[in-house]
Amino acid sequence: MKKILTTPIKDEDLASLNVGDVVYLTGRLVTCRDVAHRRLIEQGRELPVNLEGGAIFHAGPIVRKKDDGNFEMVSIGPTTSMRMEKFEREFIKQTGVKLIVGKGGMGPETAAGCQEHIAVHAIFPGGCAVLAATQVEEIEGAEWQDLGMPETLWINRVKEFGPLIISIDTKGNNLIQQNKTSFNEKKKPILDRICKELSFIK
Amino acid sequence: MDKEFAVQSLTDVMAKFTAYIGKRLPKDVKAKLADLRTMETNPLAKSIYDSMAGNQEAADKLNRPSCQDTGVIQYFVEAGANFPLLGELEEILKEATAEATRIGPLRHNAVETFDEKNTGTNTGTNIPWLDWRIVPEKDSCTIDVYMAGGGCTLPGAAKVLMPGQGYEGVAEFVMDVITERGVNACPPLLVGVGVSTSVETAARLSKLAIMRPVDSKSSNPRAALMEELLEQGLNEVGIGPQGLTGNNSVMGVNIESSARHPSTIGVAVNTGCWAHRRGKIRINADMSYEILSHEGVVL
Repeated sequence: MKKILTTPIKDEDLASLNVGDVVYLTGRLVTCRDVAHRRLIEQGRELPVNLEGGAIFHAGPIVRKKDDGNFEMVSIGPTTSMRMEKFEREFIKQTGVKLIVGKGGMGPETAAGCQEHIAVHAIFPGGCAVLAATQVEEIEGAEWQDLGMPETLWINRVKEFGPLIISIDTKGNNLIQQNKTSFNEKKKPILDRICKELSFIK
Repeated sequence: MDKEFAVQSLTDVMAKFTAYIGKRLPKDVKAKLADLRTMETNPLAKSIYDSMAGNQEAADKLNRPSCQDTGVIQYFVEAGANFPLLGELEEILKEATAEATRIGPLRHNAVETFDEKNTGTNTGTNIPWLDWRIVPEKDSCTIDVYMAGGGCTLPGAAKVLMPGQGYEGVAEFVMDVITERGVNACPPLLVGVGVSTSVETAARLSKLAIMRPVDSKSSNPRAALMEELLEQGLNEVGIGPQGLTGNNSVMGVNIESSARHPSTIGVAVNTGCWAHRRGKIRINADMSYEILSHEGVVL
């Protein structure tokens, strides 16, 4: 059975989740990436959206303005979450966000923030942007449009948005960090073997 | 055909082709992804491959860009010296990019550096980026269109090694870049490696390397051996789709090289994501064209 999180997300909804679990999201999902993080953390500007118990998406979508003035979500996949590592721990603290969706892993600071303030990071499969767009029911709002299409805070109502693979849970586990450690361990003997065949300079 | 009409006609073709390649993958990439999907045994990785396949079907059916990051548009031009629109081509491709942005629609991905303003058209100073090679005598022109997304551009790295580090140092550099930074670039990746004399020559060749078909082999036997060893080695690491582990890591490794200074080994790595959106088109002197990368295209 599908495990579905619904906004506003409560701490107890996240307690049993472990890295590698697959969940889906129903409710409100707000895009939030580089400049929005900078504005809040570095410049101290108030976010125009309340994210208490909310979910953000590291994503810069393609959006089309329809003839009636409303927006249509064309294509929305995740962007590289690691770019927000510098800001995310403080971002979680200040906003009370509970679910961070993106691509690839995040670092130890975000993992610490998730543990301290009860939040999770999840991976939506990168590049699957039309799949994601079809799970957006409506764009309910668009804030900070001065940032241009990719950086605007697009407020989406989503239904069973996913698959979302939990990559950082509330217990300090970090799936991609663990994977990277194992990739680096495996690499060494492979490289030693390859190099034996590459002594072209004699 | 008068010149004005020829310019109009080529602009129209290139605009439509540029928009098209954001929606459907080239045949070599499609075939490789199907193979990797079949080979995968890890349940989570299998489900990611299923999502990827479902996404490409939906993009085709709904006629939308399959990934929201339609990249910075780059054109790799191999122009015959006698191609009739050689002098007009730069302006044509700029106009085609702006038009593709409207009809795609493509995401607005050209930010003027220092001014920090998004132009909203995907055109700007030296963007779209053009790479030129001139072929003597010929009067046709072959263009590779590439959407350089942010995620798969980020791992890019170049370095100049000392000869003492040898080809072993090249292999180490490639493996380090991919295991450390490849995870975020939407694997399985197409890895392009340039081995040359300095950073910029190696970097350019590493990009041209990912314009080659996924399963192509270098014509130099030692380079081909190195491609094979790196491909097998990286696959053994088992990065899997999206870095979630799996049976493979890459779609392939392509190496391009030049002669070099005896004291240097320039090496560079460029990566293409699984959604490797490139297209190849040949334009003839009379502006008729043939699409070489995709089958059954109607522009």
